[in-house]
This record gives sequence, structure tokens and C-alpha cells, in this order.
Amino acid sequence: MFENWIKAGAVALAITGAGSAQATEEFIVMQSTTSTQNSGLLDHILPAFTAESGIEVRVVAVGTGQAIKNAMNGDGDVLLVHAKAAEEKFVAEGWGVQRFDVMYNDFVLVGPAADPAGIKGGEDVVAAMSMIATAGVPFASRGDDSGTHKAELSHWKSAGVDVAAASGGWYRETGSGMGATLNLAAGMGAYALTDRATWIAFANKGDLEIMVEGDTRLFNQYGVILVNPEKHHGVKAEAGQRFIDWLIGSDGQAAIASYTLDGEQLFFPNAN
Amino acid sequence: MQNFAHEMQVAFALILAGDSELLGIVALSLRVSLFAVLFAALIGMPLGAALAVGRFPGRRALAVLVNALMGLPPVVVGLLVYLMLSRSGPLGVLQLLYTPTAMIIAQVVLVTPIIAALTRQVIEMLDAEYAEQMRSLGLSRLATVPVLLWDGRVALLTALLAGFGRAIAEVGAVIIVGGNINHVTRVMTTTIALETSKGNLALALALGTVLIAIAVTVNAMVSLLGQRAEAQEDVRHA
Repeated sequence: MFENWIKAGAVALAITGAGSAQATEEFIVMQSTTSTQNSGLLDHILPAFTAESGIEVRVVAVGTGQAIKNAMNGDGDVLLVHAKAAEEKFVAEGWGVQRFDVMYNDFVLVGPAADPAGIKGGEDVVAAMSMIATAGVPFASRGDDSGTHKAELSHWKSAGVDVAAASGGWYRETGSGMGATLNLAAGMGAYALTDRATWIAFANKGDLEIMVEGDTRLFNQYGVILVNPEKHHGVKAEAGQRFIDWLIGSDGQAAIASYTLDGEQLFFPNAN
Repeated sequence: MQNFAHEMQVAFALILAGDSELLGIVALSLRVSLFAVLFAALIGMPLGAALAVGRFPGRRALAVLVNALMGLPPVVVGLLVYLMLSRSGPLGVLQLLYTPTAMIIAQVVLVTPIIAALTRQVIEMLDAEYAEQMRSLGLSRLATVPVLLWDGRVALLTALLAGFGRAIAEVGAVIIVGGNINHVTRVMTTTIALETSKGNLALALALGTVLIAIAVTVNAMVSLLGQRAEAQEDVRHA
């Protein structure tokens, strides 16, 4: 009885034309991060794959933490994120089939031109962040369990700073995406950790500048994983794998390398 | 913000030039929200009318609940609908997540209480006015519902508009259940959120202005319809 109602409802909704777009074309859903979308990378590379394969890639861009949880719920066929430890855990627990390196870029520490913590030009991110903490000047954190947030927390840990104690004081957790966090940092003259791609593409920098870059600990690796079809039967394993093969193959890697903004390359392919 | 004027020009130039990308986004916004209001009206109007004229236990409690649900946070609705439609949720087999249908469902949940509560108010007033007359004609309470709904149709347009306003302006629910997928589930509000997160504040604001212009147009059209209906009424009464 209940199932009949669901079916009737589905038919009624189909009549609204709401589902018509996907009827004709094959597509996969990719759970990914705001950095790959906001930087314009995905808009640059995905059309080439769609043209070659006939498979449309529908991107849901959220923080890495949420992307992984959505994928665990089976709400995606492919996962493209940047938090290696969490990705390996995702595969080890059986949610994903296998993890492949795709590309990297790096994080940069940005802050107001006035530089109240006096860290500009440094190359040691941990030392710089410890100076921010000592000076007690505002720092805008993602606070959203994203890849960038995880990276930031690991630096605080290395610096021996207990940010939980400073939360609401000089340490401000926005709980939102990279762009929203940068908007806040620009507005209140705060420091922030951001991936370089989002930073370059970001249009509302205000008087924010790069303070610290080039530390090897600022390396930012992206990985791609096929969601395990044995966990969720709806997963489009074949089309998803085809996309992964393309992304880590020569065509996909070349497409990533060819994406530049203001003359700067944003992502560096490094699939094996 | 010094380039706001420039971004406004860009936004309106895109519209005037019939930029297919932007028109697609506007069309999807309208389609989702209009369908949501339609379904919400089909549920909310009879519900509101029943609450107004019905005499059953728990009626007052239900009316209070409906009023309270007008303040439902969109993010919570988005989350509930997501959990229902997720592949691991009870309705996952329908594969509706990240489709415009999912967005319509979320907006129906948001809009129905508004339409129901406003309908109850309108019908209660009419009922107080005509109750004796109708009963003298031998109509049962429930049988007066369609008559009252028809009589209050002009006032009920306002209820629909309030619902439409809520639906078209909402972002928290549709971004969760729609996923803001380009060319599939990207609507005006999620585009504005995306442009804001890219730091394109002026463009985001310009798109917001376009959204307001659309809302004004829809309201003006409905208001015009209402006036014509009222004018016809007056002719008939004269």
C-alpha cells in the first residue's frame, strides 16, 4: 500500500517535468569540494570528458567532511576531495573502492596588509601561526571539518596552540566555505589559511595579502575515489570508473595542467 | 564595491541579451517555486479551510501548530528532505536527490503552512459573516468550504503570493537537496550564494536585484488578476 503511494507520488512528480533533464543523458554525481569548483577548474576540465564519453558529471561542491559523509550515504558516484587521511579511512572502511592521487596545489596563509602579528615573508607556517596566537590577533577558521580546516588544525597542533580555548575570542570559526571565510577575513582584518586556487580566483580580497607560503607542510593533495557499489547499489560504478580513468589518465592530467587564471597555474597533476 | 554599477550593467546586459545560462537559471527558479506553490495550495487551502470551519477535537492545537510551522528554518527542512531522499534514506530508491523534484518537495514543506494559516484566517472571517445564511440554506459546515474558498479567492491570492515569496527567496533548503548543480539544480538564490562565496559581491548583488525584479513582476501580474476579478465581481453585484 505504502509503496503504491510512493509510486503514485513519483509519477505525479515526473509529470511536473522535474525529472526530465536526466532521462536522455547518462550522468554521474561527483561529491567534491568548493576549492575545485570556485576556482573554475571543474568548469574547465569537465566539458572535455563529457564530449569524449557522453557522460555528464554533476558536481555537488561542499566541504571535504560533508562530501565524504554524503558519499557514505551513497549520494554520489565519485568523490574528489583533499584530506588524504580521511580519504584512506573512507576506503579502509569499505565505503570507497580505491584512492588515486590526482593533483596538488598548496595552502597559503593570508592576512591584512598591516600585519599586526608581524609574520609577513616567513616560510615557517607553524611559527607564524604560533605568533598569531601569541599576539591574539583575529584568525578566521573554516570550522567546518573541510580539508582546509583539517590542515589548519594540524598546524595549530604542531604549534601547541589550543584554539578551542580561544574560540569566540581571537579565533573565529565561520563554519562555512572558503569564500565565506575569506569574505569575513577581509571584512574584519583577520588572518586565514586558504588553498591557493581559491585565493587566486577570489575577487573580494580587500587588503588581504599572502603572508606565508612555500612551507612543505602547506602541500595540498587531492585524491579521487569511486564510491563502493557493494555498499550502495545505485552507484554508477562503470561510468564513475570511466571518469576516474580519464581524470588520472593523460587527457585528464593535461586538462588540469592547462588551467590557468591570471597567468598562474592553479593545480598540478600528479597521478601515478 | 565601486564596480557595483558596472556589475549591474553586466547582469542586466546578460538578461537583455537573452544569455541562455542566466535565463535557464531564472526559468528553473520559476518552475520550481511555481510548482511548489501549486502543490502547497492543493494541500494548504483545504487544510486551512477545514481548520476554519471544521469542529473537531484538536482543531485549535493543529491551528497553533500550522502557525508555528510558518517559521520552519529552511535548513532544517532541507536536512529532513535530504535524509528522506538520500540513497540510504527511506525514499532513496526513487533517486530524487539532486533533482528539481527534490527542491519542489522541500519548498512544498516550507510553503504549505503559510498557505494553510493564511487560508484559515480568510475563511474564518468569511465564515463568521455568512455562517447563518449558509446554514439557513441547509448546507453542512463541510459543504460550505468550496463556497467560502471561491468567495475568498481574491484574498487567497495574497496567501499564494506570500507562499511564492517564501519559495523563490529561499536558499537553505534547495542548496542541500538540489546540490546547486550547474544546469541541473542551480537556481537564482544558489547562484547568488555561489557568487558571494567566490567574492563576486557586486555580481551577487546584481543577481539579487534581478531576483527582486522577477518577484515584483509576478506580484504585479497576480495583483492585476485580482483587480480584474474584483471589478467583474462589482459589475455582477451592481
